[in-house]
Amino acid sequence: MASIKVEQTGSIISTGPQIVLPGDLLPSAETGLLEDAPTAPVIKLGPGLQPMDDDSIAAVKAGVLKHTAVGNRWWVESNQRRYVAAAGESVIGVVVGKTVEHYKVDIGTAQPALLGVLAFEGATKRNKPDIKIGALIYCRVSLANKDMEAELECFNPSTGKADGYGELKSGFLIKVSLGLARRLLDPKTLILRLLGQHIPFETAIGMNGKVWIHSAEPKHTILICNAIKNSEYLNKDECAVMVKALFEKL
Amino acid sequence: MKELEPSTNEREFVLAALRDGARIDGRNFYDFRTLRLSFGADYGAVEVQLGNTRVLAKVSCEVIRPFPDKPTEGFLMFNTELSPMASPAFEVGRQTDEEVLVSRLIEKAMKRSRALDTEGLCIVAGEKVWSIRVDIHFLDHDGNLVDAACIAAITALQHFRRPDVTVVGEDVTIHTLEQRNPVPLSIHHIPICVTFAFFDNGNHVIVDPTHLEEQIKEGDMTITLNVHKEVCALSKAGGIPMELDQIIQCSKIAVIKVAEITAQIEAALAADAKKR
Repeated sequence: MASIKVEQTGSIISTGPQIVLPGDLLPSAETGLLEDAPTAPVIKLGPGLQPMDDDSIAAVKAGVLKHTAVGNRWWVESNQRRYVAAAGESVIGVVVGKTVEHYKVDIGTAQPALLGVLAFEGATKRNKPDIKIGALIYCRVSLANKDMEAELECFNPSTGKADGYGELKSGFLIKVSLGLARRLLDPKTLILRLLGQHIPFETAIGMNGKVWIHSAEPKHTILICNAIKNSEYLNKDECAVMVKALFEKL
Repeated sequence: MKELEPSTNEREFVLAALRDGARIDGRNFYDFRTLRLSFGADYGAVEVQLGNTRVLAKVSCEVIRPFPDKPTEGFLMFNTELSPMASPAFEVGRQTDEEVLVSRLIEKAMKRSRALDTEGLCIVAGEKVWSIRVDIHFLDHDGNLVDAACIAAITALQHFRRPDVTVVGEDVTIHTLEQRNPVPLSIHHIPICVTFAFFDNGNHVIVDPTHLEEQIKEGDMTITLNVHKEVCALSKAGGIPMELDQIIQCSKIAVIKVAEITAQIEAALAADAKKR
């Protein structure tokens, strides 16, 4: 934990983002997991952190340590291209196979995920959607266990409504890094808004690094796709300049 | 791992865009992707980047005994390696048809067009000749491996210097790089491959297809040419049938592309020579 300075008084001053490497232990003082604490606080671990046998918490991947006070959540944020399914994340997949009970959907994980044929809004045994092999599906990961195929669903189980999930018709799919996909979902990311000022378009962003774009004209879709791909390493001002330049050329 | 087919949406969009006169990366139909050439510290090491496709070529040499029936002929060998590093679809130790086709095509374009003077590799007739070996490694696969590999191989051969030798009677001395300046290989001409992909029964012809375009194409053709407008090889393995005037049209485009690429290779080699 190179970037954390522990002062004599025991208070911690964090200087900038805290970088963790695999094997780094989370400082117990920071998480509140002190041995002599009367009641252990409940903390929630997200991706990249794992409890060890001796009750300490270690990072299992390299990245920036993140924390929110709400729910005392901790996780490690990093950028990679390979997707590991996590329950609750929205993803875009390609239907690669069909059995009586499931669709096999490729979401970029090691094994294809399973989407139940009844996991759609209003689907019954008699009335179920007919999805062809090769179709794009926007869905949510409902179950993701280590070493198991992930399970997907296209509806909100508490309301039974589709919530925008389902088959994506026409449009185009691009593959970006997981970090960029996460950033695109952040309302503070400008690029989608900048593009939206010029052309109306529809988009679906999967946490598995797949972004679906649909607009009225193929040329516009191509422009949006390339702008999103190029925006990965640009800051806000550079994004604005790029978008302006692209539309001037159009 | 078996390669996954692109989704129906992607397939239809690529075709719709082509009918609209656009390609998915914003290029024109007859444009190559950005070509970058970088040279290694040693002579004969070249890395070619064609868009996101990356190929590394390394030339090495050794002295061996020639075949008795061709006592003055040196050897030129190509070794292409398509490893899972380039794409998970490639497996170690098991070649797919595509891989065999790529290796054969490169060999055909470079060796059979006699770009390298193999007679010039002779040291002592019937006793000692140079054997030049070109190792081609595919580092990243985003379509059009043949063109990238061909550019890498011919640039590496031009960049390569073999140790100087002196022959006094029966004695052959091979001078180290420190003793004497190494000598370049004698190259007759520079063959360059240009690959075309066809869509919609050949109504849409594009140059330098990306991986996605390769997955969707209906047929392809590779023309190997040099700047003197000499066709060294033409390969069309499978795919849709073509009209004669389409092939003529493609070769006309290829002539322009070959001139561009050759100029770029020469500029890169000249820039590198200045640095050394």
